[in-house]
Amino acid sequence: MSENNISTNELKSIASQVRRDIVRMVHGAKGGHPGGALGCTDLFVSLYFKYMKHNKSFVMNAPGEDLFFLSNGHISAVWYSTLARYGYFPVKELASHRKIDSRLQGHPTPHEHLEGIRMASGSLGQGLSVAIGAAQAKKLNKDNRTIYILMGDGELQEGQVWEAAMYAPHHKVDNLIAFIDYNGQQIDGSTNQVMNLLDLKAKWASFGWLVLETDGNDYEKLHTTIEEAQTQLGAQKPVMVIMKTEMGAGVDYMMGTHKWHGNAPNDEQLAKALAQLEETLGDY
Amino acid sequence: MKKYTFTEKLDTRSGFGAGLHELGKSNENVVALCADLTGSLKMDAFQKDFPERFFQVGIAEANMIGLAAGMTIGGKIPFTGTFANFSTGRVYDQIRQSVAYSGKNVKICASHAGLTLGEDGATHQILEDIGLMKMLPGMVVINPCDYNQTKAATLAIADYEGPVYLRFGRPTVPNFTPSDQKFEIGKAWMVNEGTDVTILATGHLVWESILAGEQLAEKGISVEILNIHTIKPLDDEAILKSISKTKCVVTAEEHNVLGGLGESVASLLAKNTPTPQEMVAVNDTFGESGTPDQLMKKYGLTANDIVNSVLKVIARKN
Repeated sequence: MSENNISTNELKSIASQVRRDIVRMVHGAKGGHPGGALGCTDLFVSLYFKYMKHNKSFVMNAPGEDLFFLSNGHISAVWYSTLARYGYFPVKELASHRKIDSRLQGHPTPHEHLEGIRMASGSLGQGLSVAIGAAQAKKLNKDNRTIYILMGDGELQEGQVWEAAMYAPHHKVDNLIAFIDYNGQQIDGSTNQVMNLLDLKAKWASFGWLVLETDGNDYEKLHTTIEEAQTQLGAQKPVMVIMKTEMGAGVDYMMGTHKWHGNAPNDEQLAKALAQLEETLGDY
Repeated sequence: MKKYTFTEKLDTRSGFGAGLHELGKSNENVVALCADLTGSLKMDAFQKDFPERFFQVGIAEANMIGLAAGMTIGGKIPFTGTFANFSTGRVYDQIRQSVAYSGKNVKICASHAGLTLGEDGATHQILEDIGLMKMLPGMVVINPCDYNQTKAATLAIADYEGPVYLRFGRPTVPNFTPSDQKFEIGKAWMVNEGTDVTILATGHLVWESILAGEQLAEKGISVEILNIHTIKPLDDEAILKSISKTKCVVTAEEHNVLGGLGESVASLLAKNTPTPQEMVAVNDTFGESGTPDQLMKKYGLTANDIVNSVLKVIARKN
């Protein structure tokens, strides 16, 4: 169910600007993680501008709001841009990303009191536990809103993820929709080479999750899947969406490689990227 | 020397259990999580009477810390329970990122701290936990001395907004502090006023210090004893005031000499008023199986060890 009546064309227009922000932010900081951020842009824009009920007047405990957690904190640029473009904080603040005295730390944190961030992430594998805890707090508070959580595929190599995977079905945490950014890439190479994830769907299903699969860069498929996941809320099981994405989506030379996991474009590469991304909302 | 008596010996973990149960009744935001040690942590009364606010996590401590951090978003006050070893070293990064750096109102409650859990041996006898926890910015570290004080501390930390590490143990120790005490985080408790030496003790070594004080009084030595139940924030003012009078200090704790109360005190004194100090603590080694009494003796944590350290430090002062 959408919270906001917004067309896919409008979402695509916002996503184009968010992608411009991402490449400009990592270029400006001479570092960062553009690949995963670009790959997940369509999910962030869809959740924040269409599906989630949330308030840009930030309240940490968020009664009556849907919550989003990011476990793979290194893709912070996409989150910062999405939050700023929604109105959580001024877009001009995006220029401070990864710089001294900034609220936009390399990895997201509530420590600097940035509106929209409720939990630090960066050290991988911790976000799912946190999201499940927040989901259980919502239940205790008789708050029927939903928790959304995004993880990377590489971070599934962390053991804590599987502790959380075992816990949520046992405790019937059914107000939570989790996403895996399944781009098949991590720092040292493809996940197949570094540490094979094998059959992710079977893994999560055998832990007791309802598992859906989708394409995170195809709005029609992504939205159909999110809406299907929402229909499963309250069905005594947590929902896992394995979301195939293209690392670097939207910038041709960043796609299909792990090379842009943690590298910033130079001036020439930036110009080449921006030429592919329409400026729709005005650069910061 | 002020006279202290007790009617029974009790385990401090039961003080925690009693405090948690009372919080269940008085504060509906208090929730409890346990990693398959409900009986050992004395959390069973809370579990029985408040089942909707009790979360069995299984043997998965990293997940427990993350869950607790998440539950604070929504206004809950989570108390996690497992052994001190699994409450700290095993989950250090989870506490660091999801609790301390994120500024979450989680109470990490740790039983079976130190050597005196006994026969299980060194795998379970953490002697580094105070050091690990006090190094985290914003973390409060509390190590109460007996059943009554542990119960009072459990109640007090629910009213404090922010991350807390509460450390207690398995053996029964004299329960000598008042049952109606008000626990003030960060305020040292004057056990005995004296003039020749200051003993700064934490945990059940406060009782050993009282025994030491009685022996020393017979030798004509006047001992000032402070119960340092809060190691962070340290009560700098009370410690400096005492040392301005006695000019020498012995610290006593069931912890590694590295990273414990002794180091915190040494750091304070080095910056303010360099003072002869002796440290009664475990000397950078692992423990082993044995009864609590045997271990206390073998690793030098008894009243006699405190007496010897006092004699040594007084000699250094002169």
